Amino acid sequence: MQTKRMTFSSQWLPYALLAPQVIITLIFFIWPSYQALLQSVYRQGDAFGIRPPTFVWFQNFQTLLADPLYLNSLRVTAIFSVGTTILSMGVALLFAVMVNRMIRSRDSYTTFMVWPYAIAPAIAGVLWWFIFNPTLGILPYILDMVGYDWNHRRSGNDAMIMVIIASAWKQISYNFLFFLAGLQSIPHSLIEAAAIDGASRMKRFWTIVFPLLSPITFFLMVINIVYAMFDTFGVIHATTEGGPSQATNILVYKVYRDGFVNLNIGSSAAQSVILMSIVIILTVIQFRYIERRVNY
Amino acid sequence: MVENNRWGNIFAHLVLILGVAIVVFPVYVAIIASTHPPGTFVRGVMPLWPGTNAWENYTTVITEGRSRAGTPPIGGMMWNSFIMAMAITIGKLSISIISAFAIVYFRFPFRIFFFWIIFLTLMLPVEVRIVPTFQVVADLGMLNSFAGLSIPLIASATATFLFRQFFMTVPEELMEAARVDGAGPMKFFKDILLPLSITNIAALFVIMFIYGWNQYLWPLLITTDPDYYTIVMGIQRMVTGGDSEPLWHLVMATVVLAALPPVLVILFMQRLFVKGLTETEK
Repeated sequence: MQTKRMTFSSQWLPYALLAPQVIITLIFFIWPSYQALLQSVYRQGDAFGIRPPTFVWFQNFQTLLADPLYLNSLRVTAIFSVGTTILSMGVALLFAVMVNRMIRSRDSYTTFMVWPYAIAPAIAGVLWWFIFNPTLGILPYILDMVGYDWNHRRSGNDAMIMVIIASAWKQISYNFLFFLAGLQSIPHSLIEAAAIDGASRMKRFWTIVFPLLSPITFFLMVINIVYAMFDTFGVIHATTEGGPSQATNILVYKVYRDGFVNLNIGSSAAQSVILMSIVIILTVIQFRYIERRVNY
Repeated sequence: MVENNRWGNIFAHLVLILGVAIVVFPVYVAIIASTHPPGTFVRGVMPLWPGTNAWENYTTVITEGRSRAGTPPIGGMMWNSFIMAMAITIGKLSISIISAFAIVYFRFPFRIFFFWIIFLTLMLPVEVRIVPTFQVVADLGMLNSFAGLSIPLIASATATFLFRQFFMTVPEELMEAARVDGAGPMKFFKDILLPLSITNIAALFVIMFIYGWNQYLWPLLITTDPDYYTIVMGIQRMVTGGDSEPLWHLVMATVVLAALPPVLVILFMQRLFVKGLTETEK
């Protein structure tokens, strides 16, 4: 890792400058993560101090992976993340391609598209929860006219669709901005050359534009999966609270419930460790991708 | 465009108008709902035209809140959110810019090691280590305080990276000239580096402010005293606390007020926002 050719020399100043950041990181990031690792291999002692905590190797993990509720949560998280990612990226790409055709109206459309980024996930959840409210919401009213009885309080599928829509809606602006930037960086001459060779608009999109967008698409995929797995706690907590009958109980929400409501520290710590491994894998993938892009 | 296709353009406009409608719809519904008297929501499907109760609804949430359900007036919660967001933003920016300065402009033992410690924070979001972090904050006696709301969130690898990236592009000659003129490191930082970084600081400020304002899980965990509730988490209390069916007209008025500050920030600083967003994530 390079620095400047010429550097300042001081025995203590660089340490003093780094101190606040490093101290906060040690106290609030490294230490708690170490604690989570530790707790994940212990069985909790009881509250009266009669039975001390015991070292149980990987028993917490074994219990967890044999627990149908946890396996259900894994499945729910997979469906939720993939659903949110595909919906939000698909819609954003469509809008970006359309906006990119515009010349005069490009900026005004962009302004309308970007502001949902500012809405907190919890608020996005509450908004859609209201729109989908079975008794007074507008969408169930319309669905009722075509003969579908919407009720996210009873139907797990309905609840899942609702939280996916709420989470994807909030993320459209982010994906839109990145797709638009990607589209604008595609050299115009390529598209013109293809047009002269007689390629239709659709063919030009699928054979030139889309492949050139693939680095951005891949980057956004990772970001969106991270978003759906970790940042959507508010959507779930403010609306379905994991229900009905575990249908929207994603991993992040389950860690919170097991740790704070059910007070099962060992299991919650084991879940934390699994989640950390997932984040680490995703971060590494993201960084490898960045290195590759810098190189070409 | 290569060829000008009239029908294609009309079609594109139609798609985009539909898109804008989808994007705006939930907030339109919230604004409409916040202007109706409570009776409207008992009668069935929600209306799509504004009602007449806007003034009363907004003054109710701002001054009274819903004391029965344990939610304080909105005014106080908005103020708490503002303090938390500002503390997180300013904290993140200041500690990141000085660490980036140390990493780029000094050569010292364990430099790489510190860099990696900071990098690790990227991999440990608060959501994955909820219980132990809560214990640390509780042990330090930081529950129900602004320090507890903000300090654990101000370490930032992304901001440090961005400033490092930017410092690497600052011409070497500037520093050589400063040294020839006898300026020490802190004087160089204050008089040359800081003014050069203003645009980057402003762009990051927009992103971090939105991040801070929208915090949800963390305030939810560490505040039990209504005096420290922030508005985004307060909405959840309004929805679930108290009566079986939420008082929608008040909830929606609160939603509109909670979303307003960050939305205004984006609308008025759109260029900085786009810059901040595209540069922090790369």
